[in-house]
Amino acid sequence: MRYAETIKSLGAPVLAIAIALAFGALLIEVAGFSSVEAYSEMWTGIFGSMRNFSEVLLKATPLILIGAGLAISFRSGVWNIGAEGQFYAGGMVAAVVALQMEGVNAWISIPVILIAASLAGAFWGGIAGFLRARYGASEIVTTIMLNYVAIILTSYLVTGPLMEAQGLFPQSDRFPQETQLPRILSGTRLNIGIYIAIIAAIVSWYIISQSRRGFSMRAVGASPDAARYAGINVNKNIIYSISYSGALAGLAASIELIGVTKRLFQTISPGYGFEGIAVALLANNNPLGAIFSGALFGALRSGAEIMQIGAGVPSVLIFIIQGLVIISVITLGTIRAYRKLRPED
Amino acid sequence: MSKHSNILEMRNISKRFPGGVVANNDVTIEVRQGEVHCLLGENGAGKSVLMSILYGLHHASDGEIFLRGEKVKIASPKEARNLRIGMVHQHFMLVPTLTVAQNVILGQYPAGTVLNMIPEVSQKLVELGRRFKLPVDPGALVMDLTVGEQQRVEIIKALYHGADLLIFDEPTAVLTPKEIAGFLDFVRHLRDEGITSIFITHKLDEVIAVADRITVLRDARKIGTVLAAETDPSELARMMVGRDVLMKLGDVRHDVGEVVVKINGLSANNSRGLEALSDVSFDVRAGEIVGIAGVSGNGQSELCLALTGLLESTSGSIQIDGEEIARLLPRGVAEKGVAHVPEDRHKLGVILPFSISENMVIHQFRKEPFSKMGRLLKKNISEYSRALTTEYRVRMRDTEQPIGDLSGGNQQKVVVARELARNPRFAVINQLTRGVDIGAIEFLLKKILEARNKGTAILLVSTELEELFAVCDRILVMSGGRIAGEFDGGRENLEEIGMLMATDVAS
Ligand SMILES: Nc1ncnc2c1ncn2[C@@H]1O[C@H](COP(=O)(O)OP(=O)(O)O)[C@@H](O)[C@H]1O
Ligand SMILES: [Mg+2]
Repeated sequence: MRYAETIKSLGAPVLAIAIALAFGALLIEVAGFSSVEAYSEMWTGIFGSMRNFSEVLLKATPLILIGAGLAISFRSGVWNIGAEGQFYAGGMVAAVVALQMEGVNAWISIPVILIAASLAGAFWGGIAGFLRARYGASEIVTTIMLNYVAIILTSYLVTGPLMEAQGLFPQSDRFPQETQLPRILSGTRLNIGIYIAIIAAIVSWYIISQSRRGFSMRAVGASPDAARYAGINVNKNIIYSISYSGALAGLAASIELIGVTKRLFQTISPGYGFEGIAVALLANNNPLGAIFSGALFGALRSGAEIMQIGAGVPSVLIFIIQGLVIISVITLGTIRAYRKLRPED
Repeated sequence: MSKHSNILEMRNISKRFPGGVVANNDVTIEVRQGEVHCLLGENGAGKSVLMSILYGLHHASDGEIFLRGEKVKIASPKEARNLRIGMVHQHFMLVPTLTVAQNVILGQYPAGTVLNMIPEVSQKLVELGRRFKLPVDPGALVMDLTVGEQQRVEIIKALYHGADLLIFDEPTAVLTPKEIAGFLDFVRHLRDEGITSIFITHKLDEVIAVADRITVLRDARKIGTVLAAETDPSELARMMVGRDVLMKLGDVRHDVGEVVVKINGLSANNSRGLEALSDVSFDVRAGEIVGIAGVSGNGQSELCLALTGLLESTSGSIQIDGEEIARLLPRGVAEKGVAHVPEDRHKLGVILPFSISENMVIHQFRKEPFSKMGRLLKKNISEYSRALTTEYRVRMRDTEQPIGDLSGGNQQKVVVARELARNPRFAVINQLTRGVDIGAIEFLLKKILEARNKGTAILLVSTELEELFAVCDRILVMSGGRIAGEFDGGRENLEEIGMLMATDVAS
């Protein structure tokens, strides 16, 4: 019965993706390209080679982490729009710590960086959580504001205190070799980050659906008044849940930095924090589902690049398709909710 | 009588929901032109579904509808309105930030023309109000209106659109006793004006007061239609639940135990910062049920919230077995052995999207056997919940379905089961029977008596005197935030209690 329900819950996202791809095909045709060619290039871009597929997983890693974290925040009724800023906060701290790790054993340096970045993300999210709990400030507004603050701080760091020694580009020095995340597939950039992401998603699922803490968080998300009646500390759980999602965003940043970019620079995130919202929504706020929706968005992103090169289709079309996926998911969800209100035979 | 005096016939209506629930099973009702027709039945009997079919909200699986002698198909509420059918739902469908007149024309006309219409509409509303003795202020904002006034807006809205067959779904559930009396007068007046009403309720006294004819549903089937003039409450009750209803359930006890709860000079403010509870003092003893009677809004809500840590008191003390609890948070209060069945079930009492099992342990999930080392032990939670739902005869599919799927009475059974299963020292029970059918009321009251007999001190707050007389050992009357009088739990004090409740409302 469990399995039947799991499969049923997969139905809507799959249908949504199909609808989005169909509309996408239409758009590609209207834009004057061949949709068959575009999609087959995209397919190659995703599954064409081990290398291509490893790029998909590489792009999926931060999306899975952020999506899983946001799923918990959303289930707790906390609308964290600030994963982007929390990602940057984690990135800054990861860079500062990583640059100190010259000559330190990787078994020590890597965990320290990951933990420090997670704490930074948690702190950045926690600010918004505190403001909501203490003063009732809408976290939607404060997290968006904090996004700007973190992004601008990063710019300041890479143009000032952390700017590379040569002083040529707005970026930090290269991190020491000891901080490189272990690769798991030779000839590719794929590293253990993907394992960390999957484990984090499973842990998140455990927390929200199997643990005592998750029970409290879900209660707060479903009905703050009833949660208070049940003796649950609403404010504490708001802060916990947003800090948790911030921690995963910070962790994602450190994995991206020491696994892929090796440096801090101004645009370490191409919008992972916002795409993570879509990942969580497509997963219906189930952290396990975020593994699949994160992989899907990673694939669309990665496939889009190849599609652009191979078929000449501008990759912005992929963002439109991503948007269509979200719109379809929400529409199907609304239709389902409506049917539940008015079940007809 | 010829067939054409029937404004409405619903013939052999069946409704099966996906998932197997049969809400109506071959139900036939006839409603005469101009009568007040009561639809009576326990919660879950299928009354709302039957009327939703008539109003186009649900589609019947089988059966036919004849309106004014013609066979009709009603696919949507819009079609129902075009057929001059109006429905007043239990939860109003008004936009709080708009005025009465704006609400009345909302969504009815093309956008551009609406604003010019307001004066004309307002004029017509005032006229309608006069004709139907239903005064409304067309310019008032809906959010400033009381629940009773909002209900009037719903009614006048239906009348404005020309309805001459009005459906009321449990209209009195949201009203105060005084408003109820006014409402019943109004329904009689509607009849004088030639409007036909179908009135859903499960309160027998109301039925007897206004109905011309009564159709009783039970378990999705029609039991029968009777003339109000030829029946009495006990026959109706038998038809509803299939057996006699007990009235006095427990003996009044005086040989009760030691003082458990000592409340002294308790005062508290309501959500608007006005003093709602003034200097209240009383005791509750072990094995005693103390009732609080009163018209709603006289401080009872604040009393219950203050006693359970949900509302900070401004002064006074609350002692449980000699320990002060007035400054504790809800969790601390619960840990002192205080249980609480709150008045607002949907807001406080249950978490609607949570399963029945999860709702059963919302106070206790932190402890063994429901969790261990931070992990929920779902098997134990389900087992516990299965045992309690069986004991309380909760009607459900299984314990893992969302509690929001259950009828009000069954939700309340879950709440009461949860609260009494903790073997509390003190139980605060507010509006136990609100939205609960007769069969379940009796069942729940018996459970309260069981708890009393086990030594729990119980505070039972209710606006229904019958409920208090059925089980209370002592009754306090509250008005204006104070205790206005104290009585023995016997029914002989009915008149005096009623007077005390009523006089203080006027003053
Ligand atoms: N939309 C629905 N889907 C499935 N079952 C429903 C729905 N609405 C009502 N029911 C079920 O139909 C039965 C009758 O409900 P209802 O007509 O609301 O009872 P009442 O007589 O209290 O108004 C109940 O068992 C209820 O759970
Ligand atoms: Mg109903």
